[in-house]
Amino acid sequence: MGPILFCVFAVLLISSALGVIVNRSPVRSALSLVVTLFLLAVIFLFLDAQLVAALQVVVYAGAIMVLFLFVIMLLNVQEDRQIMTRLGMRAGAAIIGALFLLGAIRLLIHAPSAAGGGMTGATPAGFGSTERLAEVLFTRYLLPFEVTSVLLLVAIIGAVVLAKRSLE
Amino acid sequence: MTTVPIDWYLILGAVLFTIGVLGVLVRRNIIIIFMSIEIMLNAVNLVFVALARQLHSMDGQVVVFFVMTVAAAEAAVGLAIIIAAFRNRQTLNADELSLLRW
Amino acid sequence: MQSRSEQHHGERDTEQTLGASPAVKRRVVRMWTEAGIAAIKALPVILMVFSLAGILGWVERKGSALIQDRIGANRASIFGFAGAGLVNTLFADPLKFLTKEDIIPLRADRLLHTLAPCVSLFPVLVTFAVIPFGDVLQVGGRTINLQVAPLGIGVLYVLAMASLAVYGVVLGGWASNDRFSLMGSIRGSAQMVSYEIGMGLSLVSMVMTYGSLDLQEMVRAQGALIGGWIPAWGILYQPVAFLLFLCAGIAESKRVPFDLPEAESELVSGYFTEYSGIKHLMFFMTDFVEVTVVAALVTTIFFGGWQLPYLGRDGFHFPWGASLMLPQVIVAVLQVLTFMAKVFFFCCFQILIRWSLPRFRYDQVMRLGWKGLLPIALLNVLATAVIVLAFQG
Repeated sequence: MGPILFCVFAVLLISSALGVIVNRSPVRSALSLVVTLFLLAVIFLFLDAQLVAALQVVVYAGAIMVLFLFVIMLLNVQEDRQIMTRLGMRAGAAIIGALFLLGAIRLLIHAPSAAGGGMTGATPAGFGSTERLAEVLFTRYLLPFEVTSVLLLVAIIGAVVLAKRSLE
Repeated sequence: MTTVPIDWYLILGAVLFTIGVLGVLVRRNIIIIFMSIEIMLNAVNLVFVALARQLHSMDGQVVVFFVMTVAAAEAAVGLAIIIAAFRNRQTLNADELSLLRW
Repeated sequence: MQSRSEQHHGERDTEQTLGASPAVKRRVVRMWTEAGIAAIKALPVILMVFSLAGILGWVERKGSALIQDRIGANRASIFGFAGAGLVNTLFADPLKFLTKEDIIPLRADRLLHTLAPCVSLFPVLVTFAVIPFGDVLQVGGRTINLQVAPLGIGVLYVLAMASLAVYGVVLGGWASNDRFSLMGSIRGSAQMVSYEIGMGLSLVSMVMTYGSLDLQEMVRAQGALIGGWIPAWGILYQPVAFLLFLCAGIAESKRVPFDLPEAESELVSGYFTEYSGIKHLMFFMTDFVEVTVVAALVTTIFFGGWQLPYLGRDGFHFPWGASLMLPQVIVAVLQVLTFMAKVFFFCCFQILIRWSLPRFRYDQVMRLGWKGLLPIALLNVLATAVIVLAFQG
């Protein structure tokens, strides 16, 4: 039951991610990315990460992608006439892609497979819930949390300054 | 869902990351390149969450929290830069935005 | 499951699942039973929402006619029976919508044009999965929680679906290939995104008050009595948050006074001008279902949800000592009816607001959202935090 469901969602995820890079129309690419993010949120639910899944939908699919769509609509981005503009690029892309994929898989599979509690072991109570995340976030990671808030402030100011029409 | 071995999630993360890399390398439209970067960030998030589940540690999910926040900040500033560049150069083709190239 | 040792490799576990030991079989059966019960709970919720949306259409037309001292829709009739506009709104209008020609503009994106109404309606319907419509139903030795999906992160789920609702607006305007629709959709989505923040922050203060993100827990906590007499409803603890949430909710659903994105006198129908037939009906339904969602959330979080004052799981317990025992099924029915009555009241309240207030100008809407609601919501959160810490310490 578990592996079948995982395979179904993995296939959907890979096809929507491919849809992002292959579509000629930027609006359809953006919508493919929204679907990808949503499917990833579902996979986070498989991995007992409920708060992160909810945040994925609220922040990524609900805010960042809306921003992307706004920009695409505001700039009235047209469809690309062809997605690869240089000769020999298809072969190059395939080779680089294959090499990269093999390298990434080799690096990741050497991760300890049976370390820690393992995928089949029962997790501590409330794993992935808001309370557990808050416990770790506001104690051990308090400094990065505060720095991140400053980072967001800087980003807001930067975005407003950059996108204003004129500064006078 | 815990009957799925961790390797499958890691492979899925690697495949997603590769798709993102291909998007950055192949496409010339800056906004699509940006979206491919987001795919890469999400692939990394998937690997972090899977390993958090493997090691029974909430630290992985906290890192994902921070990655999402930073990605939001980066998306805001990056899109503002794209808007400013478009206003000046009237193009979204990465090949034509080459003023700083020597 | 706990007895399985950690040394089992991933592949062995897969084999064991496919080989189906009795423990796993029981788990699978239990999973399907729970899914089945959730599906059975979801069906009346969906039916209730759709029928309420239909009735609200009638209340809107006849109610607005009453307020504006006119008669309203009364032309359609079956054999002379016009039913005070019911035949018109519930039979003639849907029939008209369903049989109209579906027009897709010439250079519009066909896929997106068809997708936009579905994307618009889906998140608002799905929000009802976490709204509790009763306490429990004890039937056949099983205690069924009267909430379709008992998520521990209920409030976040509501916010997530509110964020997804923006896509219907964005796509609706873009896919019409029409500059006025696009203008309406950009205004609409900017407004929705701005008021999401105010809505989220007002919910944060409620989460702090109740200490839980689960909506059913919040409603159960409102069954307590302050001083033994007054039901501890959310509005008594957080009146400011109630006003903020109501304001933000009405702005999210783009109802008057925030309906500039679909201003009938300026943009025809705003972002859904180019839609006809069933697609128009779906956008229209989204409006009424959003009214129902806002009403349901206000009821759940601020007005006690399904709580009838002094009604416990086994009957009434009045504070002056008297009590009235009732069978559990009757209690459950009473609670569901209470919930529906409260939701209907708030839907009518929003319709009343619609026909009493003039429309905000767009810059006024944005100013209210960012310079009005956001600071007040933040101060509310700060004050709540101080008070909660003071009472705990």
